[in-house]
Amino acid sequence: MSVVPISYYLVLSAVLFGLGVIAFVFKRNIITVFMSIELMLNAVNLAFVAFARAHNQLDGLVFVFFVIVVAAAEAAVGLAIVIMIAQNRQSLSVERMNHLKL
Amino acid sequence: MEFISQHPVLVASVVKTLVLLFIVMTALAYLTWLERKVIAHIQSRWGPYFVGAHGLLQPLADGLKFLFKEDITPPVTDKLVYMLAPFLALSLALTAIALIPFGPPSVVFLHGQQAFSVADVGIGLLMVFAITSIGVYGVALAGWSSNSKYPLMGGLRSSAQMISYEVSLTMSVIGVVLVAGTLNFNEVIQRQSGPFWHWNVLGIHNGAFPQIVGFLCYLTAAIAETNRVPFDLPEAETELVAGFHTEYSSFKFAMFFMAEYANMITVSCLATILFFGGWLSPLPDSWAWQTFLPGAGLVLLGIYCAYDTVTQMRGIARIQLGVVTLLCFGAGLLCLIPAVASVIQGPFWFTTKILIILFFYIWMRGTLPRFRYDQLMSFGWKLLLPVSLANLVITAAWLVFGARHG
Amino acid sequence: MSLPVLMFFVCGVLAVTGAILLIWAKEPIHSALALILVMVSLAVLYLLLGAPFIAAIQIIVYAGAIMVLFVFVIMLLNAGAEEHTDFSRLAKYSGLPLGVILIFWAAHWLWRSPVATAEGTGGLIAGPDSTRNLSVQLFRQYLFPFEATSILILIAILGALVLARKEE
Repeated sequence: MSVVPISYYLVLSAVLFGLGVIAFVFKRNIITVFMSIELMLNAVNLAFVAFARAHNQLDGLVFVFFVIVVAAAEAAVGLAIVIMIAQNRQSLSVERMNHLKL
Repeated sequence: MEFISQHPVLVASVVKTLVLLFIVMTALAYLTWLERKVIAHIQSRWGPYFVGAHGLLQPLADGLKFLFKEDITPPVTDKLVYMLAPFLALSLALTAIALIPFGPPSVVFLHGQQAFSVADVGIGLLMVFAITSIGVYGVALAGWSSNSKYPLMGGLRSSAQMISYEVSLTMSVIGVVLVAGTLNFNEVIQRQSGPFWHWNVLGIHNGAFPQIVGFLCYLTAAIAETNRVPFDLPEAETELVAGFHTEYSSFKFAMFFMAEYANMITVSCLATILFFGGWLSPLPDSWAWQTFLPGAGLVLLGIYCAYDTVTQMRGIARIQLGVVTLLCFGAGLLCLIPAVASVIQGPFWFTTKILIILFFYIWMRGTLPRFRYDQLMSFGWKLLLPVSLANLVITAAWLVFGARHG
Repeated sequence: MSLPVLMFFVCGVLAVTGAILLIWAKEPIHSALALILVMVSLAVLYLLLGAPFIAAIQIIVYAGAIMVLFVFVIMLLNAGAEEHTDFSRLAKYSGLPLGVILIFWAAHWLWRSPVATAEGTGGLIAGPDSTRNLSVQLFRQYLFPFEATSILILIAILGALVLARKEE
């Protein structure tokens, strides 16, 4: 068992996730909104690793590995879409992106 | 003394870090001297010979110049990122050297701490790659924050080149990891023990496959990763003024400069450890006289310096070279003491191999023209990556099927 | 306070500071740097939790590749400071308090969870062999998800290439 109680890590994970939600809701720049999604994914990864250590099983670590890989794929495609939309609408603000038509 | 025996790891780490920092900074300075001398001799000229005998005090003069030059800060919009970029580049480049073992782990001091490696972690190789992959930010942020066209293009091109060749770099090394079965540097070196054809580059022994293709891919990717000729388009003078470090002057430029040489030293150390047996000696262990090689080498260097002092030098250069001669003789005689000689064996072979690889780097700089940017990118993705992958597949197939049959 | 607990608090404070800087920064490049700070401190926390391989993967992939991609996109699009528009009154007076309540509520229930006292089954993690054990699991029990994610990455590469190509 770890010297630092596992609940400390879980609280940190909750705080980071909450801050990610606040950033997602309040920021106007589409790239910053993307980054807040990555922050939320990181908070969840921390919770997974903490639980894996608590139960002393490796499945948590394998899941973290897959989360990181899928986040990479998602960031690549998502940023490509963001580049296209930004060039189309000449702005990076989410308020200009809330209509399907130009 | 109580403190030392209660906290051996902390004290030993601090001592090793300080000593290593001092040695690496001196090595960086004299690597610039070596580069200028070698390139000059390739180009049929002399290189620095005026400042100190044989130009040996040139790095000191360069350092003083960098310190006293006027520090011009262009009208950048983002001072924080502008100041952060060179610090990031230099600190990451120096951190990677902490993971390199310079000698066998059997040499201990201060209650059983390894004397030759600051950090011996189980995943040493992955850690070094992690540190070099963050090193891309130094370049990208420097280009972005300089608020000017040439640095921005240079920074983008350079960081795109670095992340492209990083993929081939890691792929070419996986063959070695497969053969050794571990990521720890000391273990990788131990698996290569024996005659020099057991080294991974030749790899002719049971349970190994020659990694010569892996070594060539690694060397090419490393040269591209450290932005050296023939891959140095992003910082070439005729193309992009000075690339991402155009707008940096005096000490910040010196930090980028040092970071580039520190990266060179790091990738040379990695090549030595992974492919050339690290601190192992190429001569068979039964030849006991090889312990006197470092001492004999230094004494021979002292004799050459003495000859030079007497016949060639005049004036103050004579006094300087005389001091160097005395230092060489002193160090040589020190290394002939058996107690010191047995300790100095590992680092001596390690340093020799690194110097050969660095000489090769400098030789390439003096000889080859540089790639165009699109040629560079297509070379990295269309040739180097498939070759590294093929090396990985063939090594893995050999290890699986070869092991089954014998 | 022992060294692991001290390391935890240092890295925890760094991570939370990075997250707050992400929200507070006006330029996207500063938000990206703050997120890199969060990721590096989380990697140190993974090391503390005895998962060195995951820590290295976090730095190599997340901080060293994904965030480089973000920084490239910010540079390419020349993303400047955000426009300053006023939030609606509903958002301003109920949004932030609700967010803070979410944090406290999640933290409270996780603090009281019975996980901390659960006992494990042997030293699979945090040993000298943890990387080897993890890779054995990855290639035996989780082989199908591994191959599926490699196809997923291939699809993502193709998608990004097609989307980012210039119109001819």
